[in-house]
Amino acid sequence: MRFVDEYRSNEKVQTLLEAIRKKVTRPWYIMEICGGQTHAIARYRLEEMLPSNLHLLHGPGCPVCVTPVETIDYALKLATQPNVILASFGDMMRVPGSKEDLLSVKAKGADIHMLYTPLDALSLAEKNPNKEIVFFAIGFETTAPVHLIALKEAIRRGLPNFSILTSLFTVPPAIEAILSNQESKVDGFLTAGHVCAVTGNKTYHRLAAHYKIPMVVTGFEPVDLLYGIYRCVSQLEAGSYEVENAYKRAVPEQGNAAARQLMDEMLEPCDQDWRGIGIIPSSGLQLRAEYKRYSSRMRFQLRPEENRIVSECLAGLIMRGLKHPSDCPHFGKACHPTHPLGAPMVSSEGVCSAYYRYK
Amino acid sequence: MDIHLNCPIPFTDSDRVLLAHGGGGRMTHQLISQVFYPAFRNPLLEQDHDGCVFPIEEGQLAYSTDSFVVDPIFFPGGDIGDLAINGTVNDLACCGARPLFLTVGFILEEGLPLADIQRIVQSMKRAAERAGVQIVAGDTKVVERGKCDKLFINTSGIGIVPPGIRIAPDQATPGDVVICSGPIGLHGITILSARESLGFETDLKSDTTSLNIMISELLHTIGEVHVLRDPTRGGISGTLNEIAQDAGVDILLDEDALPIPEAVRAASEMLGLDPLYIANEGLVLVILPESHAEQALPLMRGFEEGRQATVIGRIAKQSGEQARVKMKTLYGNYRIIDMLSGEQLPRIC
Repeated sequence: MRFVDEYRSNEKVQTLLEAIRKKVTRPWYIMEICGGQTHAIARYRLEEMLPSNLHLLHGPGCPVCVTPVETIDYALKLATQPNVILASFGDMMRVPGSKEDLLSVKAKGADIHMLYTPLDALSLAEKNPNKEIVFFAIGFETTAPVHLIALKEAIRRGLPNFSILTSLFTVPPAIEAILSNQESKVDGFLTAGHVCAVTGNKTYHRLAAHYKIPMVVTGFEPVDLLYGIYRCVSQLEAGSYEVENAYKRAVPEQGNAAARQLMDEMLEPCDQDWRGIGIIPSSGLQLRAEYKRYSSRMRFQLRPEENRIVSECLAGLIMRGLKHPSDCPHFGKACHPTHPLGAPMVSSEGVCSAYYRYK
Repeated sequence: MDIHLNCPIPFTDSDRVLLAHGGGGRMTHQLISQVFYPAFRNPLLEQDHDGCVFPIEEGQLAYSTDSFVVDPIFFPGGDIGDLAINGTVNDLACCGARPLFLTVGFILEEGLPLADIQRIVQSMKRAAERAGVQIVAGDTKVVERGKCDKLFINTSGIGIVPPGIRIAPDQATPGDVVICSGPIGLHGITILSARESLGFETDLKSDTTSLNIMISELLHTIGEVHVLRDPTRGGISGTLNEIAQDAGVDILLDEDALPIPEAVRAASEMLGLDPLYIANEGLVLVILPESHAEQALPLMRGFEEGRQATVIGRIAKQSGEQARVKMKTLYGNYRIIDMLSGEQLPRIC
C-alpha cells in the first residue's frame, strides 16, 4: 500500500536503528507527545529495538485520556435528558466518568450515536428537529478545525438544535508544563506531526530555545518515528536544541493557514483541566463569545459539581513521563481494557492500553 | 333504493409483513405455504408436524445454533439469509460433522416488504442446496414496528460426526501449523462500507459461503486434523486466542504470511481497525501436523473457497495458563495479539 509500506520497510527500519546505535553514547530520555505515536511504538515494539540507554517517555497527547471527568459527567448528564441526542466518537464510550460511562447510560436508554465525523451529527440534527443534538467535540489542534467546520456548516444550514460540548486541548502549554516541572526527566521531544501540520512550528521554536531542548516534528509510522528519534539523538549528542522537521511530507513550516484562521476566528484560549494532570493555564480552547450560543455548556447551563473523585490511577504521573505503566500496581491486574480504572487504559491511543495490548 | 353492502373484507394480499402474519391464523399459514414451503420443500419439512422426526445413522451427533442480526440485511456478496445458513453449516463442519438438517426461526418486523423476505428465502434455499442440507422445521414471529430491525434469523443444525473423527480446540499440539483458507477481513469491511453512515466505498464482497464440502474432503483425505474453526466475530485473533487458551499452547503467527487484501488493509488503516480482529464468514482455520500441510494446501486450493489457502502460523509450545498468541512482526520481533476488549463493530452477522 503506497504511503504506508515504504514507511514500515524493514530495511529502512534496520538502517535507522543502526544509525541510532552508532549515535548514542550516553542515556537519553525522549518523550513522544502524541498517543498515536505511543500506539505505533508499542505496536511495532520499537522500544526494545533501541539501545538500552535510550528511553522513550510517553506524553499526554491522547485527548480521550485527558478529557476531565467533569466534562464526561456533563456528557452523561446531557445524554440522559429525554430531548437530547448525544453524538460522540466511539473512543469516548467507555471512558469512566465519576460514576459511570456513556456505554452504560446508552444501555439504560440514553440516545447516543457513535460517529466517525462531526459532520454526520448535522444530518442527525436535520432528521430530529425536535431534539437537541450535542456533539462531544474532543481533540487537540488536529481535530478542532473539523469540529469547527461542522459548526460553521450547522450555522449555514440554520440548525438551531446543534451544539458542541468541547474538550479541546493545545500541545505547547502541556509541553511547557512538563518541562517546568523540577522532576522532569525529558531531554528531547518528538512533537506530534499532525498537530504541527495544522499549527506550524512557530511556538515550538520559542520552547526549544527557552528550555534548551531539541524538538523534532515526527510522524507516525515506524520509519518516521525512528527517523525522528535519530534526529533528536543527533541533536542531543551534538548539544544543540532546535526545532527540526522530520516529517516534511506532511508538515509545512507555517502549518495549515486555513485551519488556523478558522480556529482563531471561532476559538479562544482558556485554562484547561487535564485529567490526571490538573489545570494547565491557557492550554485549552473554547468557543468565542459570538459562538457561545452553540456551546452545550451555555445552552444547558452546565455547572461543575463538588464531587471530585479520588482515583487510584497513576495516569497523571505516567503522562508526564514521571512513571511508567508497569510502575502502576493496578496495571494488567485490577485495571485492564475491559475494566479500566483510568482513561489511558481505554483509548487505543492511551499509553496503558497500548502497553497492555502489545507487551 | 340501492343498498350497498360494504362488508369490510380484510386485505390478505398486503405486500408488507403485518402483525397478523405472526398470529398463527390464516395469514401465517399463507406466509408459510406461499413463501417458506416452496423454497425449502422436502419430505421431512412436509411432515407438517410440531417438530421433525428423522432416523439417525452411525456416529456422533453435532448440534449448533446461531442468530443473525446483521445490518444491513442485504450487502455485497450476500444477505442475512445465506449468512444464516452458512453460519450454522460452518459451525457444524468445524465440529468435524457432515451437516444434515437445519431449523430456521424468523423474527420479522411489522412493515417489512414481503419481497425482501422472498429474496432472503431464495438465497437461503440456494445456500442450503450448495451445502447439501435440508431445512426441516421453522418458526415465524412478527413484532411491532420498531421492536426489531427488519428481521432477525436463528438457525440451528444437526450433523453427523463420522466415527474416528475428533476435532476440538484443545487438540492443538506443538508442531502443528495453522492454515488460513483465504483472504482475511472481507466480511467485516464489506458490512462497514455498506453502512451508509461511514461514507466510503469499496468493491469488496463478503466472503460468506459454506465450507462443509471442502472440510469434508479434507477430513476424508487427511485423517489427522486437530482443530477446525471459522474465525467469525472477534476475527482471527479472537479464534486463535480461544484455541491457545483451550489447548494451553502458544500460537505464533507470521505477519508477512497473513493474506490481507489491499482494500481491507486500506480501510483498516483509515478506520483504525486491525484486520486480525475483523469478522470473516467464509474462512476456516485448519490446525494440523506440519507434515500434512503439503497435502492439505493443494487440496484446499482446489476449492473456490480455499483458493488462497496458506500457512499463517504454527503451534509453538505448551504454556498452560500463560498461553498467548504472538505475531512475528516485519522486524523479526514478537508482539502479543490479545483478544479484543469490548465491541469493535456491532451487528456484523
